[in-house]
Amino acid sequence: MTQSVTPSVTQPLAPTFEPAVRARRAALRGRPGWSALVVVVALLTAAPVVTVLLGREGSPAWPGNLGAMVVTTLLLMAGVGVGTLVLGCGLAWLVTAHTFPLRDVMVWLLVLPLAMPAYILGFVFLSTFDASGPVQGWVRTTFAAGFQLDLSTLTGCAIVMSLTLYPYVYLLARAAFAEQAPTTYDAARSLGAGRLRAFFRVLLPLARPSLAAGLALVMMEVLTDFATIQYFGVQTVSYGVYITWKSSYQFASAVQLASLVMLFAFAVIAGERLLRGRARFTQRGGRGAGLTQSPLTGWRGVLAMLACLAAVSAAVLVPVLRLSWWAWDHARGDGPPALGEGFTQALTNSAVVAVLAALLCVVLAVLIGHALRLGAGRLVRSAAQLTTFGYAVPGAVIGIGVLLLLQHVDDLLEWVGVPGGTGLLVTGSVPAILAAYGVRFLGPAFQAVDASYAKLSPSVTQSAMSLGAGPLRLLGRVHGPLVRPGIAVALVLVAIDAVKELPLVLMLRPIGFDTVSVWVHQLASENLWGLVAAPALVIVGLAVVPVGILIRQVRAADLREGGRR
Amino acid sequence: MTTPAPSTPAPSTPALVLDAVSKSYPSAGSGRRGDVTAARSLELAVAPGEIVTLIGPSGCGKSTALRLIAGLDRPDAGRILIAGDEVAGPDRFRQPERRRVGLVFQDHALFPHLSVARNVAFGLQRLPRRERAARVSEVLELVRLRHLAGRYPHELSGGEQQRVALARALAPRPAVVLLDEPFSSLDESLRAQVRAQLVGVLRETGTTAVFVTHDQTEALSTGDRVVVMRDGAIEQADTPQRVFEQPATRFVASFMGDADFLRAHVHNALLTCEVGVVSTVPGWGDADVDVDVVLRPHEVALAADPGRAEPGPEVVAVDYHGAFVLHTVRLVSGQQLRSWQPHAVRHPVGSPVAVTVVPGIRPTLLVGDRAVAGPEDLTPRTDSAGYGTMSRP
Repeated sequence: MTQSVTPSVTQPLAPTFEPAVRARRAALRGRPGWSALVVVVALLTAAPVVTVLLGREGSPAWPGNLGAMVVTTLLLMAGVGVGTLVLGCGLAWLVTAHTFPLRDVMVWLLVLPLAMPAYILGFVFLSTFDASGPVQGWVRTTFAAGFQLDLSTLTGCAIVMSLTLYPYVYLLARAAFAEQAPTTYDAARSLGAGRLRAFFRVLLPLARPSLAAGLALVMMEVLTDFATIQYFGVQTVSYGVYITWKSSYQFASAVQLASLVMLFAFAVIAGERLLRGRARFTQRGGRGAGLTQSPLTGWRGVLAMLACLAAVSAAVLVPVLRLSWWAWDHARGDGPPALGEGFTQALTNSAVVAVLAALLCVVLAVLIGHALRLGAGRLVRSAAQLTTFGYAVPGAVIGIGVLLLLQHVDDLLEWVGVPGGTGLLVTGSVPAILAAYGVRFLGPAFQAVDASYAKLSPSVTQSAMSLGAGPLRLLGRVHGPLVRPGIAVALVLVAIDAVKELPLVLMLRPIGFDTVSVWVHQLASENLWGLVAAPALVIVGLAVVPVGILIRQVRAADLREGGRR
Repeated sequence: MTTPAPSTPAPSTPALVLDAVSKSYPSAGSGRRGDVTAARSLELAVAPGEIVTLIGPSGCGKSTALRLIAGLDRPDAGRILIAGDEVAGPDRFRQPERRRVGLVFQDHALFPHLSVARNVAFGLQRLPRRERAARVSEVLELVRLRHLAGRYPHELSGGEQQRVALARALAPRPAVVLLDEPFSSLDESLRAQVRAQLVGVLRETGTTAVFVTHDQTEALSTGDRVVVMRDGAIEQADTPQRVFEQPATRFVASFMGDADFLRAHVHNALLTCEVGVVSTVPGWGDADVDVDVVLRPHEVALAADPGRAEPGPEVVAVDYHGAFVLHTVRLVSGQQLRSWQPHAVRHPVGSPVAVTVVPGIRPTLLVGDRAVAGPEDLTPRTDSAGYGTMSRP
């Protein structure tokens, strides 16, 4: 559920293996040791998923409500899919095709909901709009005394998730609309199509690959969530994995369910590929006025502005105001301090885990990038791609996979004569959390670092080597200093993702080990709004940082695009 | 191995030797099958202090040759020796950082985060600190840039960056410096000047250098020897004069300067073609063979022939180049010849002209695609290996 905001947003989800001719010519001969490192990291990253898929532990008992869980998962995916598609596409069209008051601000504000974790928006939404909340209370006192509407349903859950996840579709749809060759649109208009007809018959079909990629990202987030849905009493397959493990420690069943979740994930990737089809809708630039923005004036302009504002308000502004009010109200009262001892401990835990995870991921990312620069064949490049795959694996699968690996390690230790092995399987452990984070966040870290490596001319590497620098000195004196911008971005992205992340921690944490996200989740489950507000604001505040980085990157890309025209 | 440049007196150990070096890459397009041969049993020996230019059309394998020498790629077969050391062979491959090869690139490839002095010092890791500083200022003095030692690469002009790149490559005293199209990123106006400076430094230091270029003029004016490559093979490795005046193959003749080919006949030691007797060919007394003759535009003379009754050569195009005017003439047979004329001379298109060959030249004769120096070359050759590296006495 934690929407990790990374540069990967603008890339298709499924890794593409396209041998780049230039890369081949630019590459060096490769060094066996460094190439082996990439392969080993790839194998380690893939290990949790592979163990889950191959895992056959005893005779699994499927939970009785498995059928219902599968149906619920499908319904939730469909609901969120439709919701994000309508919101994302509609808003993208609005800001691309029209100008209206505050449009230039709205373009970027509309990305902001990515900073709102669904597990925070979820409880704010329920506490505000559910039957016992202030809104329905007001309706009852003002209009109908008997009015009662239950929102802790699948529909309510789909609304909340759509509100926090639509920016994925929005960003990709906007890029697709903007990238489309102006001539195509002009041609459609000259053939007699109106603006709307040209949109539905030409632009939308042409944007299909991007929309598919955006939807796939959304689906992955839905599949990985099992915390938000708990507020709404919605039980998906991912929740099944979590509850089967946490309530009864039935390993076999949990593994079985996890492989079912993985099946859903594979279906999403396959679906994305299918939707993208053979179509590679890259268009030749072509000159033309293209999508000239038509100004919306008067009440229509205000309406457009309000539509954008409504999306941002519902997802970010109103929840933040409500959280702030709770926090202020609580601070005024004489209850226990919201940022007291328990919170401080959770914050420390979060910080330690985040820093370690960031260092782990970034060091691995830098080493992989370096190994690729030293030259690599197809195998090593595929291995490097594989290390980014964990990002598309639902948290529940990674969690169970890591636990399963831990069990194998324990078995091995018992076999060599250590009774009880590590003993960490049931109690959970911080190393397990770090391992899971490594699998999940190596992708974004590598993409950020790789972007910096890509800017480095191969001749710089080759010059350094011809001047007698071996791989280590090359890394320390040339590659390291030159990819520093990428390293900085990667550190920030991973650290903040790690603080936001909830499902993996819930599943793997040792008893009594709270992080800020767990702290928020537990207080929210107990409706302690006053206590939960300030920590939740801390998380949202941190999450704004990567969204800011993302916006900056998209803007830079926009400017380049504009410069080319 | 090809014989080294005639001017070099029997060198001790060649600075660089390529011995039957071959390399092929898997084909890039997924549709086509098979490999692309980028180096086809290359044979080359470069004497210490010699400057060699590698030239050929794009994709001819000249950059691959450079990569193989530098150790950026490993040959499939053959051996490479640098200063007598085998650095690549059937079961030996020395990594680029241990090869004593300097590299200078088109994009200069300076380290943007290091100052000029530290760029130059990068390759001097093994020297004690004091000697390092001395060597840095020594090579910077060499390229006349010592006053810029504290600057960063982005604060330098393109020509200055190129000189820093050369200084950096020279600092560790490499056995051979490889330059990959080092001037093509510079302005046309700067290029000649920077090239002269750079070659001056190489000469001054007695550095062995291999240049890659795609500019014929640059190749002819820069190197002691020009190596013309095509399809991964060496077509000819010779002095600039010989490559231009006595091309070994039809390809070299047309690639290194303009050339037209006319069908000709040798009989009684006389070479005749459609425009008449070209020259005598001493030593061909007994031969009676068909050949092709290579005629360069400056070897073709024109004269107006207004009163001609029967059909004859006719001007079909006139291109004004400033100092000279290029005339294209169609002969009766339909073949075309080009001729340089002084800028004041202009035969209008369509006008009849008389075509002769400038007296005193000894044009190259081709049988098939290969040049023949005398009748002894007419016997069909059986060894294909010697094909690419024919050098004549």
